[in-house]
Amino acid sequence: MTGFAFLLLLMAAILGYMLNRYAAQSVRAGGGRFHSLTGYHGMFSALLVLVPVLTIILAWLVLQGPLIDRMVMGGLPQGALQGLDTGGRQLVLAEIKSIAGGRVFGTPEDWKLAAADRLVALRETSGWLLVVVVAVLGLSIIAFARSRVSAGFRARQGVERIVSGLMIFCSTVAVFTTVGIILSLTFETYRFFQAVPVSEFLFGTNWEPQIPIRADQIAAEGAFGWLPVILGTMVITVVALVVAIPIGLLSAIYLNEFAPGRVRSVVKPVLEILAGVPTVVYGFFAILVVAPAIRSFGATIDIDVAPNTALAAGGVMGIMLIPFISSFADDALSAVPQAMRDGSLGLGATRGEMMTTVLFPAALPGIVGGILLAVSRAIGETMIVVMAAGLMARMTINPLDSVTTVTVQIVTLLIGDTSFDNPKTLAAFALGMMLFLVTLVINIFALRIVRKYREAYD
Amino acid sequence: MNDIRKIERDVNMANTKISARSVDVFYGETHAIRNVSVDIADRTVTAFIGPSGCGKSTFLRCLNRMNDTIETCRVTGDIELDGRDINARSVDAVQLRAQVGMVFQKPNPFPKSIYDNVAYGPKIHGMARNKAELDEIVEKALRRGAIWDEVKDRLHAPGTGLSGGQQQRLCIARAVATEPEVLLMDEPCSALDPIATAQVEELIDELRQDYAVVIVTHSMQQAARVSQKTAFFHLGDLVEYDDTDRIFTNPRDQRTESYITGRIG
Repeated sequence: MTGFAFLLLLMAAILGYMLNRYAAQSVRAGGGRFHSLTGYHGMFSALLVLVPVLTIILAWLVLQGPLIDRMVMGGLPQGALQGLDTGGRQLVLAEIKSIAGGRVFGTPEDWKLAAADRLVALRETSGWLLVVVVAVLGLSIIAFARSRVSAGFRARQGVERIVSGLMIFCSTVAVFTTVGIILSLTFETYRFFQAVPVSEFLFGTNWEPQIPIRADQIAAEGAFGWLPVILGTMVITVVALVVAIPIGLLSAIYLNEFAPGRVRSVVKPVLEILAGVPTVVYGFFAILVVAPAIRSFGATIDIDVAPNTALAAGGVMGIMLIPFISSFADDALSAVPQAMRDGSLGLGATRGEMMTTVLFPAALPGIVGGILLAVSRAIGETMIVVMAAGLMARMTINPLDSVTTVTVQIVTLLIGDTSFDNPKTLAAFALGMMLFLVTLVINIFALRIVRKYREAYD
Repeated sequence: MNDIRKIERDVNMANTKISARSVDVFYGETHAIRNVSVDIADRTVTAFIGPSGCGKSTFLRCLNRMNDTIETCRVTGDIELDGRDINARSVDAVQLRAQVGMVFQKPNPFPKSIYDNVAYGPKIHGMARNKAELDEIVEKALRRGAIWDEVKDRLHAPGTGLSGGQQQRLCIARAVATEPEVLLMDEPCSALDPIATAQVEELIDELRQDYAVVIVTHSMQQAARVSQKTAFFHLGDLVEYDDTDRIFTNPRDQRTESYITGRIG
């Protein structure tokens, strides 16, 4: 039925297009100046049908499920649901649905069979109703659009208004999604802070989110101080940047200014491939190659190295960030006008002097912006650290030690059997909120610098 | 051409600064300059004129090996500065460019302060031993660039904040600061208004006291006003090279006459 409704809509749109176009052509054939091209008259009708009717179909599809469920459950005989909690009701509903779908297990009670029949009938009715609504609405809109066709009618403006409305809608999708995410984070974080005091979370140096899930479980009282966790994130971020910034910048400088065309045409695509490697691949590279190598190297020079060091995770993350930083720096350097290069070389500067005295300072804001964006990526990076970093939170800045990160803790808190009213689970939202705030601040900072950079030339 | 301001034209032709012989320039497959030979006199303004794309800027850029910076560009032939081949292996292009300064079409001050712009060349060539000497060099260069009075109170303001004409004079001061022997100017006035153009032209005439100045220009009036020698380029060929007076009053080549009377170009 739904497919039929869509087909009907498509046909209505095409019909509207043809009708209006034909009408416009015949009006124009009668002479007189026409405001819009005939195609716009057609498009006007088609869009006028498509947009509202499609919205109605989609809304219908979203709403009909819960509505029918409710009607079916409400129509069950008295006492059928007695003594069942939410989960039990869901089970009954699922069973009715599977019976309606033709999958019958065992011998269900008669009232379940009746409810299944009712469900099928309701769905049928809903489908027909939808088709009727689409047909009536479509035809009346077509008729309305047809009545508007005249030499003076501004069909082009009408089409442009509808299209710009669509574009506005699309651009607000991202905004509303962001707002929704922030709201849910804020709400859950608030609930977490009802269980755990804010001061303990912000200033506590102990992170042991082990809380008994059931009353009879033996577990320690949890501790929720985020400092060791964010410290671990910082350590790994710093290690990553120490790897990524020099390599990324120097490769960008080389490629931008010194590399012959052939080298550049090979190295640049390779760097871009590096950017396309999935982070999970970096993750097992870190845990299977880099970490053992660091450990065995540590053993040869008598240094005690943890099996999953911050150095391994951060170093590999740094490699992941190299293409990011180098492409940003490359863009910033390329954006410096040729006139600056000529001016510098024309005064007898070497390429190196030109780079350090003119290009680099001029490109610096753009480069810094890129680095800050890389920082926020490093902080938010999850897969590599989940695989290669540790789970124990400790207050250490030794990169040879095992540390954990905010993202790792969020993952471990939410994995497995969790209930959503437990501080352990809610802690993940609080950590997510903090992570969001930290990266937000860094991003604002980065965008400001990038914007300032835009004003530097022109 | 009676309205052209006559400038005293005492040229000592015995004193050749740059001598180019059979110079050819290729951009990849394109043959941009064909067999050009020119002698450029010291303490003289030499103008290169010709229609767009005739190769005059390309040839100018050969004189301080700026074409080296373009990967696909190839230069053949001999160019001698004071009798020394500038394309020889023993000559460092970087040193050469300190000796043969260049001013570009569009004013291109660095996004640094006025002071740092002028001090740029002296700093990278280690011309000053201390701050006082550097200050002195900067002041001298700005005075030579005829812009000292306008900027002396704001030496540490950004050079990009000056007007177009001031920026171009700043760029000339910047080029002069490295004490070059030759000054190449690639259409230095094309981005300037008439008043700024007049100031820069006056400056060029003064610079002739100390340097060989080579100026590429689109404006024949400008060539006639500031130069003593003029070379006319057309489609990569050097058509005619002679005293400016003669080029503008009695050209030998038909094409030169067509160009200066406005029939080609």
